[in-house]
This record gives sequence, structure tokens and C-alpha cells, in this order.
Amino acid sequence: MGSENAVAVEVSDLVKRYPKAPVDSVGGISFGVRRGEVFGFLGPNGAGKTTTIGILTTRIRPTGGHARVAGIDVVADPVGARRVLGVVPQQNNLDRSLSVRQNLLFHASYHGVPRGLRKARADALLSQFGLADRSDGRPDDFSGGQIQRMMIARALMHAPTVLFLDEPSTGLDPAARLFMWERIAQLKSEGTTVVITTHDMEEATTLSDRVAIIDHGKLLALDAPAALVRDMAGERTLDCTVEPGRAVDGSAVQGALIRLAAVDRVEQVDDPGGAWRLRVYVQGDTAPLLAVVAQAIDDAGGRLTDVRLGEPTLEDVFIHLTGRALR
Amino acid sequence: MTAVDDLEVRALPSGRVRPWGPWQTALAILRRDLFVTGREFPIFLAQVILQPLFLLFVFGKVLTQLGYARPGYAEVLFPGLVALAAVLTGLQSTALPLVIEFSYSNEIEDRLLAPLPIGAVALEKVVIAAMRATIAAAVMFPIGVWLLGSIPWTAGAALGVVVMTLIGAFMGAAMGLVLGTFVAPNRINVTFALVLTPLLFTGSSQYPWPSLSHIRWFQVVCALNPMTYVSEGLRGMLVPDVPHIQTWICFVAAVGACLVLTAIGMVGFLRRAMG
Repeated sequence: MGSENAVAVEVSDLVKRYPKAPVDSVGGISFGVRRGEVFGFLGPNGAGKTTTIGILTTRIRPTGGHARVAGIDVVADPVGARRVLGVVPQQNNLDRSLSVRQNLLFHASYHGVPRGLRKARADALLSQFGLADRSDGRPDDFSGGQIQRMMIARALMHAPTVLFLDEPSTGLDPAARLFMWERIAQLKSEGTTVVITTHDMEEATTLSDRVAIIDHGKLLALDAPAALVRDMAGERTLDCTVEPGRAVDGSAVQGALIRLAAVDRVEQVDDPGGAWRLRVYVQGDTAPLLAVVAQAIDDAGGRLTDVRLGEPTLEDVFIHLTGRALR
Repeated sequence: MTAVDDLEVRALPSGRVRPWGPWQTALAILRRDLFVTGREFPIFLAQVILQPLFLLFVFGKVLTQLGYARPGYAEVLFPGLVALAAVLTGLQSTALPLVIEFSYSNEIEDRLLAPLPIGAVALEKVVIAAMRATIAAAVMFPIGVWLLGSIPWTAGAALGVVVMTLIGAFMGAAMGLVLGTFVAPNRINVTFALVLTPLLFTGSSQYPWPSLSHIRWFQVVCALNPMTYVSEGLRGMLVPDVPHIQTWICFVAAVGACLVLTAIGMVGFLRRAMG
């Protein structure tokens, strides 16, 4: 499997513009995924995550740039690339005419896994994924979580070097989500490189060795989740919920807060039903600032109704980079 | 990730994967389709033979027995219905599944992600559909014997009839490839209604094409339907006494139509399959 630092996925200056689209869906991104790591793509819907995965899995032709999976150029040799990659798509694409077991067996046969080996692998994967007792059922009769498991099991039948999972936990209940996370961690421990896309901060933080934050087709940051958060060091936050009171608009309150010496910057996170939610980034300890902040809001005509002290999270990194919340 | 530490980590069975080419992948996909078709064979047969069966029964037997059609009409009709069964079954075996697999079920993705060129996935679809269509056309022969007592047959024509039937089956499948990839999923019902009926009645299956000479405009319309050449080709070989388009012209036109339709269908397929 090569040295530890070997590259599993290499992307350089990748561009995708769909016909008639005014802007690039993927606007010249470059990154590398190390062999054996779990690599997370974090971004809102429409950021270009699925398009990037589509290019890497040979389903979308890029407008420019290069992409290699396990050393194979996905544009020049898509057939070769398909041998070494596995894909778990967002939507159920299981073969409805086949049983669960047959889905696994036929998939392996497409990839040239010899008969004996495909039976053994199917048995092992079906039991690992908790599907053994219903392996003769048709995909239509299963729940969303079980469908997800079947698709992962199927993708593993030909022992791919790199496994791509597009939004793997969307629509799963908490138990199913946890199960999926455990499987991904196990795959990593077995040496499979895993690339996932998600718009879930917790998923990105928990699963990924490194996270790429993308928005509007641009790569904004790429590092380990802890390192991304550490870059925001010194920044602690006060999440303030402010009711308008006498103030005419939020910007007066925001302005008053920014003028405070200890405050770095203020971002409006969202405004649920009349109240403003302001995230105040401060230097040093937050507690002593509480009174000052409350006073400043009051002076500006607003009324502080709730406050939460926070350490920065991946979400703050995202808001810092994009100027808006993820959802 | 403490939960993971408790998990028993078992290595999956692994082994050397034999050298494997795109051809073998294509055959594996064909095997899947044969497996599914074979399992639903009786339903498949019922689906494909009912229409030609009733056409043959009503036009070939009932109308002639009642005296509304001339006694020899069944002989003229039979080769046309073999062509009809081949072309229509081919068309239906690609068009509808493709529409469903590309939109609602996404089922085709697993094959598009298999190690073979995308175009080969399209060709496999045409091949399996042509196989189904050939079976549908072949079944017309015993049905013809059963309904009509005897069917037109000349021993010397056997090879030509088989080849022309295969061409008709392939032609229908290629038509379905075009329809299934160019028509938007929400319009497929309308398109089927708009395409199938004209196709059914302008393919010279119910009348010999040369006999249309006094309805010139309709003759021209029929000449544009590639099914005409399959019907006429089979008619020329099975009942040579009936006026027909020359057999070599039928072969050239039918093969030409197959090539053109397959090329167009491939373009449509690649467009649907690749972003």
C-alpha cells in the first residue's frame, strides 16, 4: 500500500462549469487526500461538494484541471479509476430487481471478484452490517438506515482503495448515524481511505482526520478539525440574543459592541422571530465582559435576553470563512 | 471514538482478483439482465405476445372468416406481425427501463460505476433488449401455426428470416435507446402514446408497402418508418409472390437505420450518464 504519506486522491486546479451556468460549480480547487485517512468535505448545499465527488468518481467530466484516484487519472482512464474506487451515493440506487445478497454478489461480479471470494465477502459484509438475517429481502422493503448500510456493504465488495460517501448520514436516525460512523472508523482502521461530504459539523469533526471547507466552489481551508479551530485561538465567543427594544435595527447594537476594546468582531448569526442572535468574538476571558456587553447593548437601545459563553467550534471557523452560518 | 474500540475488527476475506477486462464486466452485466429476465419469463412472455397475438387473431382469422378480408390476407399479415413483435418489444425493453433507471431508481449507477466504458453499458442494454425482442418474434411462429393452422414458410428463407428478425429486434432496441435517453421522464407517457401508435400502423406490417402506390403520401410516410423494411424484408422472404420491396434494399435500409439509431441513442445515453 506504499508509504504512510502516499497520496490516495490528488486534485489540482479542478474546474467544473455546467453548460449555461453563470458561474463555476467548482472553481479551481486543489488538494490531496492521504492514504488511509478520513477526509471530510464540509460545505453548504450547492457548495460544489457533490460535483467534486462526481468528478473524482468519473461520473462528471471536469471543465479543467486534473484529478487522480490511487494514482489513476480519472479523465484519461475512467475505467481504471472505477476499479479502485467505491461509491456510496446520496440517493438509493440499489438494484430493485435483486435481493440484498444478490446486489452484493452481482456488484462484485462486475468488478471481477471470483465467485468463491465474492460469496465469502458477501457473507462477511452482510453480518458486519447487520443484514445477514434479511439478506434475501428486496431493497424496497428496508428502512433508510438499512439501505445506507447495504450501499456501503455493496461498495466494499470489490475492496476499493478509496471509498467515497456522499452525505452519508442525511436522513438517518441517530442510532443509524452512529452505526455508520463506527463503520467508517473501522474502515479507516483497516486501511481504506474514506472521503465523505457532509454539511454536518459534528460529523465532520468526529469522523475526519482532515476537513476541507468549501463554499461557492472554492476551497476556503483545509486542516485537521482541531487545527482549524486552533487557528481561531484567542477567540472566545459570547452568543447574545438581543431583543430590539428601543433600537431600530441590529446594526446600532452591533456597532456599539464593536467599539468595546475587548471585542474583535461581531457577527449576526440569524434572527429567529424578532430577536437578533449576535456572536461576539472577544479576546481573553469572557465572564468579566458580561456586564460591559450587557450595558453596551442597553445603551444602544436593545435588550439582552440570553447569553451563552462559547469556545470556538468548526461552525465558527465556517462562519468566519464564509460570513454566514452553514444552514 | 470510544464506541469503535469495542468493535471487533475482523478483516474481510480478500484474495487476488483475476485479470479482468471490460468485456468480462459487460458479460457480467448481461448475466444480471438474463438472470432477471429469466426469473420473470412467463410474465415477460405474456407482456410481449398479447398484442401481436390479438392482431393476428382478429385480422388474420376473425376478419377473414367473416369474409371482410381476403382468404390470403393472413399470409400477408403474418410476416408483418413478426416484424412488429421484434421492433416493438425491442423498443419497450430499452425505453421504459432506461427512463426509470435514469430518473426514479438510479439503478443504472452501479453499472455506470463498473469498470467498463459507459458506451458499453448502453450497448449491453441494446443487446439484452434485442434478445428479448428476438424471443418475442420467435414465439410468433408457433402462435401462427396454432391460430392459422399453417404459416408461410420456405426452407430456403430460414437464414434470411432469422437475420432480418435479429436486425428488427436490434432496431427496436436502438429506437428505445433514443427514446429512453432523449425524452424527459415526465413526458414519457405522452411520448409513448405519440410514438407507438404511428409506429405500429406505418411499419407496413398490416399491408404490403408497394400496394400503397395509390395512397402516395401514406406510402412516403411508411417509407420513413424503418420498421417497414423489416416487415417488407420478412414478407419478401416468406411470401415471395406478394409484391414487396426488394430484399437487398430492405437489408441495407434496416441495417442503416440500426446504425443511425444506435449512434443517436449512444449520444443520448452518454449525455444522461455523464455530467
